[in-house]
Amino acid sequence: MRYSGFRVIMEGLRGNTGWQPVWREPDPKPEYDIIIIGGGGHGLATAHYLAGTHGITNVAVLEKGWLGSGNAGRNTTIVRSNYLLPDNQPFYELSMKLWEGLEQDLNYNAMMSQRGIVNLFHSDAQRDAAVRRGNAMLMAGADAVLLDQDGIRRMCPWLDYDNARFPIHGGLLQPRAGTARHDAVVWGYARAADARGVDLIQNCEVTGFHIEGGTCRGVETTRGPIRAQKVAACVAGSSSRLMSQAGMRLPIESHVLQAFVSEGLKPVLPGVVTFGAGHLYISQSDKGGLVFGGNLDGYNSYAQRGNLPVVEDVCEGAMALMPMIGRARLLRMWGGVMDMSMDGSPFICKTHIDGLYFNGGWCYGGFKATPGSGYCYAHLLATDQPHPVAGAFRLDRFTRGAPIDEKGEGAQPNLH
Amino acid sequence: MIINHPLLGPRDAAEFTYLGDASLLARPDWQSETAAGDFDAWLHLRDNPAGEHRELWFHEQGDRSWLIVTRNTLTHEITGVEMARDGAPARGTDT
Ligand SMILES: Cc1cc2nc3c(=O)[nH]c(=O)nc-3n(C[C@H](O)[C@H](O)[C@H](O)COP(=O)(O)OP(=O)(O)OC[C@H]3O[C@@H](n4cnc5c(N)ncnc54)[C@H](O)[C@@H]3O)c2cc1C
Repeated sequence: MRYSGFRVIMEGLRGNTGWQPVWREPDPKPEYDIIIIGGGGHGLATAHYLAGTHGITNVAVLEKGWLGSGNAGRNTTIVRSNYLLPDNQPFYELSMKLWEGLEQDLNYNAMMSQRGIVNLFHSDAQRDAAVRRGNAMLMAGADAVLLDQDGIRRMCPWLDYDNARFPIHGGLLQPRAGTARHDAVVWGYARAADARGVDLIQNCEVTGFHIEGGTCRGVETTRGPIRAQKVAACVAGSSSRLMSQAGMRLPIESHVLQAFVSEGLKPVLPGVVTFGAGHLYISQSDKGGLVFGGNLDGYNSYAQRGNLPVVEDVCEGAMALMPMIGRARLLRMWGGVMDMSMDGSPFICKTHIDGLYFNGGWCYGGFKATPGSGYCYAHLLATDQPHPVAGAFRLDRFTRGAPIDEKGEGAQPNLH
Repeated sequence: MIINHPLLGPRDAAEFTYLGDASLLARPDWQSETAAGDFDAWLHLRDNPAGEHRELWFHEQGDRSWLIVTRNTLTHEITGVEMARDGAPARGTDT
């Protein structure tokens, strides 16, 4: 069923009796060409591009809970391509371009809203870094605008410009950045993949791999064994747990990241604003809630909930940036398990086991990467060659001494 | 979280900074034939278990001692705290 404004009006007149379930609920077949483990944004996007771009439709997505029950349903929905390093920026810019055509491609309203992101700077050194980053973005075909304090004032008159310790000197704006509705992205990819014949199998946890003579031939699941030509892991925060079933140790630690949303307010924020003197990013949802977050809790965790010191830290950052937030009440907060890699950058690559592929290490920046990750992972699975913009996202880059360390923190995952 | 410091008693985890898996104490032998690979694995690869985890915490806002904390990564429950210098392998003291 195609969705359109006309269809909404017609269904409204007919008492909304004509809508159908958005995807099928098939039982697993005994064998597929490709099995994707993990029904988050990346797994479903991979299935969509395998079917749509490469014509490979004998594919199953195995999800241990419900589709989008992991980080895809927990993030603060920021979409941007304002990276610095040449191994990262072209990938994120490809993803950005896919976002811009996503709703037409999927025939689904993902509420993609390009209202811009501005990264504030508070010192001369930070300004220099912003100029450098902006130039790197422009060279990769993205957009970037350097704003002085007046420029920021015109966008956000209510920030604390009189802060003696952290004066706001300006900011780096990416006008094409913005936010999208995270659940709608998951549902849109799921619906599009299902329509092309991909089996989406929920409540199906992968508990082991069938590895014969160094080749992966299928998986063991809570719904029985399933064979496949190729098995593609894509489980974000659960990466180490899953890949340990194949005897692999990964350059990843799992950490909890919290997010917060206030009660609904009238429009105050034009886009996304990030504080440069602490770690805080804030935007406003279409319902009016202020959506914000900050640092990781900082220790290994699979708990999907955080602790109070970080709540205090994030709220202090918010107060320092925009004191008026103190008048808003916090509605909800939650946590998700991040696959923090040793250099803060991701992996889309083969493993040393034939037929077993790995996608992970997205840290807290994988939502924006959803289309690009699915696109490049599908390319790798279909052609056995890395996509040109994702060629550096390999597990062996540490051994080769070629980490992609955007923040320059070294092999310390809780600092990325 | 409260960390029960062996010398100072119960302390708020916010007084500490976190380094990671306590296996980082077992620095590889630099003279070994396999040193390059050993150091790569030591520095970059982690077990990252869901469940009990022995890990290094530094009492930065306190007595600046290193502790090995045994904590469950699924529940955040802490079941053991010891001084890192007691748990560190003797070879780690070579200069
Ligand atoms: C609080 C928070 C804020 C964030 N903010 C942003 C942001 O503003 N911008 C941004 O770009 N990114 C953000 N992120 C990061 C982003 O959400 C993730 O990087 C991204 O969602 C990860 O990819 P995914 O959607 O495929 O992961 P997930 O949705 O976690 O998908 C993985 C799936 O695998 C399933 N699974 C796990 N193990 C198994 C198994 N053994 N068998 C079968 N299935 C399994 C899980 O149930 C899960 O559904 C944020 C994350 C969090 C937690």
